Parts: sequence; structure tokens; C-alpha cells
Amino acid sequence: MSTPFYVSPQQAMADRAEYARKGIARGRSLVVLQYADGIVFVGENPSRALHKFSEIYDRIGFAAAGKYNEYENLRIGGVRYADLRGYTYDRDDVTARGLANVYAQTLGTIFSSAGEKPYEVELVVAEVGATAAGDQIYRLPHDGSIVDEHGSVAVGGNAEQISTYLDQRHQDGMSLPDALKLAVQALSSQANGADKAIPAERLEVAVLDRTRSQQRKFKRIRGRQLARLLEADVPAAVQADAVSNDEASEDDAE
Amino acid sequence: MEPNTRSTGRLPAAFLTPGSSSFMDFLGAHAPEMLPGNRRLPEGIVEAPHGTTIVAVTFPGGVVLAGDRRATMGNMIAQRDIEKVFPADEYSAVGIAGTAGLAVEMVKLFQLELEHFEKVEGATLSLEGKANRLSTMIRSNLGMAMQGLAVVPLFAGYDEAKEKGRIFSYDVTGGRSEEHGYAATGSGSIFARGSMKKLYRPDLSEEQATTLVVQALYDAADDDSATGGPDLYRHIYPIVTVITDEGFRRLDEDESQELARKVTDRRLQEPDGPRAALL
Repeated sequence: MSTPFYVSPQQAMADRAEYARKGIARGRSLVVLQYADGIVFVGENPSRALHKFSEIYDRIGFAAAGKYNEYENLRIGGVRYADLRGYTYDRDDVTARGLANVYAQTLGTIFSSAGEKPYEVELVVAEVGATAAGDQIYRLPHDGSIVDEHGSVAVGGNAEQISTYLDQRHQDGMSLPDALKLAVQALSSQANGADKAIPAERLEVAVLDRTRSQQRKFKRIRGRQLARLLEADVPAAVQADAVSNDEASEDDAE
Repeated sequence: MEPNTRSTGRLPAAFLTPGSSSFMDFLGAHAPEMLPGNRRLPEGIVEAPHGTTIVAVTFPGGVVLAGDRRATMGNMIAQRDIEKVFPADEYSAVGIAGTAGLAVEMVKLFQLELEHFEKVEGATLSLEGKANRLSTMIRSNLGMAMQGLAVVPLFAGYDEAKEKGRIFSYDVTGGRSEEHGYAATGSGSIFARGSMKKLYRPDLSEEQATTLVVQALYDAADDDSATGGPDLYRHIYPIVTVITDEGFRRLDEDESQELARKVTDRRLQEPDGPRAALL
């Protein structure tokens, strides 16, 4: 009987982490930003039907990068968790924090159990509050750790680079068109320095809009509405604002 | 697999197993004791508050669903301001007559069922699909219905594919039938239906349709003691909802007050309401 090779726990974990990271890096990155009236999700997604962003519950949205079947599985698990919890207790008892904890436990257990393949996914769970101060954004990497984010967050292959870009330019209280344009710029700036424009029809955009009168705040933005938001001809005042914001943020960056 | 919803531990396997898009199916497999239909029935008859009259009427471009505000228990008024008309989702609504507690629970589960499907599939059910789902839920309540705890809803919605408002009525066994023009359910429904029969025309405007349902509810309250008329003293007015291609809208307090006043003011002069032509 042959003796198995000894692999140190550190090495085993490092290998699994590298495996998961590589899988995630193959997918396209996406960003989640706070804006004045809520939280906007932006990503490049050529598919009309297979979504990267979706609604989990009234005020809670979900975004994922990585392997589709794995995050879809987690998404449906999350919807079931939220609906069952809301049905058992009350709609207000479903929170992003609770959901993020469950996801973290799930990813963490899978990551550290030797028998299972680690999930190649990185998730964002976001909840829009009554005011911007009440917004919550949690980032969940493949290993089940959980990061409480503020302002902007990027996940996926070029996440680090995009995050840096966003950190320098994102401001609290941006308007939706401004936040959307910033997100698209961030996604377009590539690792090799050459920007490539992402056409509107390849963008997937959704918002958690706290000003919506309905109980469910999640809304997809597509077609004409998306084109309108992306177009430069926002009212002159807003545009002037946007320009001065841009200048200000560039000043900050220097 | 035991239900593990209270702890913040790992999602149980059942949550991550690919399966149906139905929340009820998921509950049935994962926590069957939480499904209303799976409760063990006690012997005997239970007295519980009953909701009374719900009416609906279609008009070109949409449908109106309305209900009175009274719940009775035997010959007692159990509640004066009960709400019996609820949005089911963006484009449909359900009004309930029968045992109030069970009916409200059924509506809650029905709303969740539609929302769950929408979130999982990324698409909404067809209006027929929604109506059939409600049928299944009523059928699962048949055991309770045999003990006097029946729930008889009226389902109305805007059919986006057919571009018109539609009404579905049910019996206690879950039998479903589409109603054309107008429909009513509950103890006052006989009188409401008679009233609507005389007032209904296929070319009503939205405003006329909302007035019509209030007239019908007034007539139901006039002849059925279990149905409550507009309570002008306490400012309790019928709940009137309108569903069009713009979605579900519930008339606000001022609008329903205005409607109720208009109808009651006219009835001061003509207690029996508007008259239809003899021939």
C-alpha cells in the first residue's frame, strides 16, 4: 500500500485558493456602487437571460462573478432562505447581514472541506437602507470570508485594479447617471492600459432604488432607459455637476 | 434534513438542490408542517371571523377589484375596518371572502409563491398560471372548508399577453371559472351581482367602473347584514383597487372617501340607487 504524499495544511489551502481565484478570474468583473438614491450594479454581460445580478428580497440584491452554475445555485439558495425567513417571521426580519452570514458559512464550509471542490465564485450582497447611511454592501470571496464595504466594490478578474480606479473617483451622493458612467469607465479600463468601450447592449445594469414606491426596491435598467442614462445629454446642470465632480475627484487622486 | 432556518449556519442541502421554482413545492419538501394544507385538523366546529363581500368589474384597459370592510362572527361584527383586497403582484390582486385568518394566510403564501417564481425564473407567471396556482391552494384547504372554515377568493388581473383585465372566481373545492364583465363573492354577493347586472356596460371608463363597484357594495350592505356599507362617521370606506397596464393601484383614502360620499349623497335622494330602464 502506497503512502500518500504529505501536503501541509497551508499548502493545501493555498492550492485551493489559487484554484478558486483562477476560476473567478476567467469571468468578467462587475462593480457595485452607492449613489444618492440607492445602490447600482453594473457589469458586462452579453447574455440577456443569464443574469449576474438579481433580486433576493425587498431591499436586498445579489451580484456574482465566477462560475455561473455555482453562483446560480447560491442565488436560489438565498432566495429560498429569504422567502422562508420572511414567511416564518416578518419581511423586516430578512436582512443582508443575515444572508451574508449564511453565504459566508456555506462558502467557508465548502472551501475548507477537503472532499468538496471549492466554489469559483465571488459574491456581493447589498441592502439599500432608508438613507445612504443605512446602505450595506458585503463582499464574499470564494473562501467564505466576509468584507463590509462602503461606497464602491468590484469583484471578478480585474477586481483589484477596478477597485483602485473606483476608490479614487467614487464619491458619496453621486447621481445615478454619474455613478453609472463611472462604473462603465472603471470596467472599460483594462489591465494592459488600453481602454475598450463597452456598448450599452452588452451592459447589465440593475438598481436597488430606495425612492421606489413599491416594497420591492430591485429594478433592472435596460433598453431605452439605460441608453438615456448613458447618454451625455443629461440636463446641463447635472452635466456641469458631473464635470466638476470629475475634476474634484481627480484632484483628490493626485 | 431538518429545517435549519433559525441558525446562521450553512445553507441546508435542500436549499442548494436544484428543483422547482415553486415556493410551495420547496416548503412541502423542506418544511411540510408550515404549509397550511398539511395541518392536522381538530374535531368540531371553530368560530372565527368571516370576511364578506368582494366585487370585481372589468373595463376596457383594466379591471377593478373592491371589498367592504366588515368581518363578522355569527351575528357579531368582529372587525369594522378589515382589509380583504390585496395586491398579489404587480399586475394582479386577490380579494377574499370566508374565514379571515385562513384567507389572509393564503394570500400571504400566494403573494410569496408568485414573487418566488419571479425571482427564481426571472420571468412572471402568465395570468392563467397565477389563477391556477390559487386554485391549488384553495383545494388544499378543502379539509378546513368541510369544517366551516372555507376561503373563497376572487382573483383579478391585467393580462399583459391579451391586453385586458380578467376576473377569476372560485368555489371551495378550488374549481375555477373565468367571469366576463363582473363578478362577486361572499355573503353579500347575490345582491352585489344583481346590482352590477343592472349597471354594467362593456364600455365603462375607469372612473365609472370604480363608482359601479361602490354602488354594488352599497347594495350588498343594504340587504346583507354581514356586509358593511361606507362608514362615514368613522371614515371607513370600501377598499377599491384598479389594475391596468400600468400595474396595481389602490385608491387612496381621499379618493375612496370621495367615491363613497358621491354614492351615499345620491342615495339620500334615491335610497335604492340608480334605476335601469324597464325595456
